Parts: sequence; C-alpha cells; structure tokens
Amino acid sequence: MKKFLFKGILRDKGRSLLPVIVVSLGALLTVFLYSWVTGVLGDSVEMSSNFEGGDVKIMTKAYAAESNQFPNDLALLNVDALLEELHSVFPEVDWASRIRFGALADFPDSLGETRGQGPVAGWGVDLLSENTREPERFNLPAAVVRGKMPEKPGEVLLSEDLAARFDVGPGDVFTLFGTTMEGGFSFVNFVIAGTVRFGTTGLDRGAVLMDLEDARSAFAMEDAAGEILGFLPQIHYDEDLAQEIAARFNDHFNQYTEEAGEDAEFSPTMLTLSQQEGMAQILVYSKAVSAMLIFLFVAAMSIVLWNAGLLGGLRRYTEFGVRIALGESKSHIYRSLIWEALMIGALGSVLGSVAGIVLVYIFSARGFDFSGFIQNATILIPGVVRPAITPAIYYIGFIPGVFSMVLGNMLAGIGIYKRETSRLFNELDV
Amino acid sequence: MKYKILLNISLLAGVLIPGILRAPLLAQDDRDALLLLEKVDKNLSSESRIFESSMTIHGRRSDRTLTSKSWSKGEDSALTEYLSPASEAGTKMLKLGDNLWIYTPAADRTIQISGHMLRQSVMGSDLSYEDFMDDRKLTEMYHAAALVKDTLRGTRVLVLDLTAKVNDVAYPRQKMWIDAEKHVPLRQEMYARGGQLLKRIELYDVQRIQNRWFPTRMVYKDMLKTGGGTEFRIESIVFDAEIPAYLLSKAGLR
Repeated sequence: MKKFLFKGILRDKGRSLLPVIVVSLGALLTVFLYSWVTGVLGDSVEMSSNFEGGDVKIMTKAYAAESNQFPNDLALLNVDALLEELHSVFPEVDWASRIRFGALADFPDSLGETRGQGPVAGWGVDLLSENTREPERFNLPAAVVRGKMPEKPGEVLLSEDLAARFDVGPGDVFTLFGTTMEGGFSFVNFVIAGTVRFGTTGLDRGAVLMDLEDARSAFAMEDAAGEILGFLPQIHYDEDLAQEIAARFNDHFNQYTEEAGEDAEFSPTMLTLSQQEGMAQILVYSKAVSAMLIFLFVAAMSIVLWNAGLLGGLRRYTEFGVRIALGESKSHIYRSLIWEALMIGALGSVLGSVAGIVLVYIFSARGFDFSGFIQNATILIPGVVRPAITPAIYYIGFIPGVFSMVLGNMLAGIGIYKRETSRLFNELDV
Repeated sequence: MKYKILLNISLLAGVLIPGILRAPLLAQDDRDALLLLEKVDKNLSSESRIFESSMTIHGRRSDRTLTSKSWSKGEDSALTEYLSPASEAGTKMLKLGDNLWIYTPAADRTIQISGHMLRQSVMGSDLSYEDFMDDRKLTEMYHAAALVKDTLRGTRVLVLDLTAKVNDVAYPRQKMWIDAEKHVPLRQEMYARGGQLLKRIELYDVQRIQNRWFPTRMVYKDMLKTGGGTEFRIESIVFDAEIPAYLLSKAGLR
C-alpha cells in the first residue's frame, strides 16, 4: 500500500506539489531561522570569549579568586613549559597567553611634564608573532580608526575616545604608569601606533592594547602571564567539550600539585567560559532567549503547516466519499491519508532542510556585516554575525514539516468516520 | 532683703558649684590627652630630618626589600630616593605641599600623582601615597580623648581616641596606644568614617636619638589587603639636619 501511495503522490501532482512546496518552505525557514538565532546569540557569547574569557581559561587559583582586579602578582609562572604541555595534551585547542592590567596613562607636554592623565584598562596580547590569531579575535584591523596596527615592540593601540580626550594620535608618546608583578613601579614610554574603537563604551573609555612581550617587559613578568585562554576549534562555544577539557586539566594539575607538595593557591586551574564571573548568567540568558525564539517560530510554522494539512484533507472530501461508496473501509482511508501526509511531510522536510542547510553553510562562511548599524552600541555585540552550524539544523526542519502535516491530516481525517453510507449518494449528487 | 539676696546667692551657688567642680574634671582628661599628644608630637616631629630606611613587603607569594634615603623639611617638603633593588634604584618621590611627583630614570619622566591615585599602595606595600605624604603634627589633625590605662607587650600604655578636627586627613579616627613613659605610640589603628578598621601599625624598637624617643621599626598592615604586612625599619636618622634647598625642588628629581 505504501508503494502504491508513494507512486500516487509522485504522479498526481495536483495532490502533492503544493503541500510539498509549502512544507519545504516551512522547513527551510525553520532551519535557517533556527541557525540565525543560535548564531547571533552564539556570536555575542563568542565575542565575550574572544575578549575576556576564552572557551576555557587557565589562571592560578589565587588569581581566579580576584580576577576582576587583574592581580598580576598572583599570575602564572613558567608559562612556556605549561604551554608546551598544553599543546601536546590538547592539540585541538588554540592557546593564547594574555596579561590584563590596570594602569595610568600619562600624556606629557613639550617639556615632558604631566599634561593629562587617565586610567586605562589594558591587554597584553600576542600582536606581533607570525600566525597569531589575537588581532582577529579582537577584530583589530577593522577597529583601527587612525594610524595602523603595531608593527614593532614599543608600539601600542589606544582607544580613540581616550586619544581624542587628551588630543594625542598616531606617533605620539605617552608613559604608562603601573605596577610590576612584584609590586614595584612600572614606568614605560610607548608610541601610539593607532587608535581603535570597539563600539562599546566600557572598552572605548580607556583601553590600551600592546604586544604580550611589551607587557611582560613593562610589568616584569618574564615567562609569566595572568591568563592563558583556550579557544576550541568550533566557531560557537561548546559547553560540553569545554567542561570535558577543564575536568581533564584540573584532575591532572590537582594530582600534580598534591604530589609535588606545591602551594595549591598558585597552582593552575582551568575554568570554562560559563564558570567565569558573570558569564554563567549571560549563557543561561542566551540559551533561554534562543530557546524561546525557536519555540515561538517552530510553533508558528507548525500552525501554518497544520492548516495546510487540514485544508489538504478537507479538499479531498468528495474523493473520500467515492472511496467509501466503492466499499473501501473508513479506517483504511484514514490510514492511507496519514501515510500520504507522512510521505509528503518527509519529502518536503528533506527538500526544505537540504535547501536550508545549504543556505546556512553559505552564510556561515560569508557572514552578515552589521557593523555600520551598531557604531554607537554600548554593549559587547559583534559587528559580523553568522548563522550557527549545529547538529540541530539536520532535524529541526522535520518538527513542523512532518509532525504538523501529519497532525493536520489526522484532524481533517476524523471527518471520514462521520460519513454515512446512506447519505453518500445524496452528498455526491448521484 | 539681705536674707533674700543671700538665699539667691546660695541657690545660685548650689546650681553652679557642682557644675564648676565637674567641668574641670572633664577638661582635665582632655587636657591630659592633649598634653600627651603634644609629647608624642615632640618625639616624632622635627624641623627637618634625613634618614635611611628599609621596607620589607611580605607579599602573598614572596618577600621583597627596598632601601631608600629620605630628606624632609617641615610638614610640606620631602624627597625619597630608592637605592635598591636595582630595578627601583634612582626612582625618586618628591612631596611639595599637596603635590606629589615621581621621577623614574627608566622612562626619564616626572609624573604627578594626584586624586584617587594617592590612595593607592606604594610599591605593593601596605602604605599608600597619602601615608607617605602626611607629615603633619598629630595635634594639628586630631582631637584627643578617652585616656585609658592599659598594658601592651609588657609596657604600660595610655590609649587615646583621636578624632579628626580637619577634613583633609586620610583617617577620620585613630586609636593610639602610647608608651606611658617614653611617649611614643606602640600601636595605631586607623578607622574609616564608618568605623571600619583600615590599617594597623605596630611600632617597636624605641630608641633614644638626639634627646627624643623614636620607634625604629614599624609593621604596617592594610586590613583590606591580603599579604603579611610591610615592615619599615629606620637604619639611621638625623633630626634637624641642614638640607640644601635644591634637593627639595622639582630640579632635585633628575
């Protein structure tokens, strides 16, 4: 019977073409919009990951407890050896050492006296080595407003707003006054290579970005780093994988610290993005918003396709009457209707999902550039957003496509059982 | 009539005399506290002084010792030059009135420290720039009260409650344990306006130097900071010494 029904669907285009097109469009939209919502929220989380927390972050336990104050006196030591070990144990993760710091930027007059001062929040990141991905993570080339990227040691990027406030620009020199890892004075002169604007008030108020080695030299942090960030190969944050890596790392180092009798306070600990201060709430919020939007859309799409199924069933009212008159049992007609709905739903869902997945892959590679619309944004949001490629895109289109189609036909088919043979001839105008 | 006048005088005396008798009793306490604080000032303050010191900062991870030489004149002018370690050698801090400048040979820059920066820790120690700067006499900054007898580390002490009488002090309230014989503080506790304990100083090794008693070892503890405190040791000190004027000027920084 199934083979017969399938042939009927293929041959009788009047019965199948429109429902397949409607289901395909519904599945396509569902797949693409699911990816879009997941991607936009995932990109926001990814931006936090790139700027602040990585997908996983290694710090000393003491540093982690006060990480919002950038306590570099509690930073990781012997970082080169640690990185070597990380590269061999977790080769799939991209590791990046960073130094965060708070300092005072002092802008001199022509006599070298203090002309103006402002507090800055700084990053020491790998800007100069070959194949570094740090400038890309900070979206630096696009964020440069004046000047250029640092090309040699001693050159830094300064936030455009801070530079404008003190009337300085590319080529000017300022002194960074901070504290070394040991607590001593740190006075270092830097040349402004360029000014940057990230589009977020918090960062643009007073940010300094310098090469990691410059920061190490300025704050006497040879072979040390405040944080080592790990970035997973997936574009969007994968909590399960991050947790697995963190658990393996922490088990290893807890055991090592215990065996070596070292001070546990300064032993390294790895936190996933969701375990870092303030991030858990952002991730929960992001997941909740994403789930709500997807539920609403899938529900709306389901109602549309349910109606399509309902109308399709009602449209065949006369056909069912004839089949009953010819002696076909009502339950057989009902079952064949459901099988047909299942086949049309599945066919439409496959076509729609394939089209949707192709679109997702294309736009995920290209991305949508919205940076022109968010120049005055005050929160950390990405300028380029991409639909997310997740396992769900391979099945999410089948929920409205198959389920709603079958449900609509099931409801429409209830009418079959209400037909009375004695009245059929009258109904059919025979 | 005479009887009435006598009665009025008696009544008036009855009202006033107990008050008059009580008033000097309270004033005597305050006066004693003030006198004691003046004696402390006499020991600690001088027209000028030159001293060499070492400061050991007991951090969470390691200890670090810095040595320095300081020159100060009156309450307003002071210069400190760091002598070691090598990374800090040549760095100078100059205080002129309410202004503070730091010169560092590494950057060859003179930078002014002001505003909230003055409340920051100096070199990771338990002392702030404000602690370094405020060299005024205690009697100029605080009202003294509540003279209480006690014993501290086996020494008889008098405990004073000091309340700021000027607005520009780092600590609105202090509690001070003063050696009853030598008149130098052996312990100080500094409080915020809300009553929170901010800093504690333990003072040791009181020595007789140029006809005055002077504590030569102090342990500072910033109560809001982790770490083991900062030990400040006076290695040598000369009071009322002649200091060349150029040394306490911005020209003296370079």
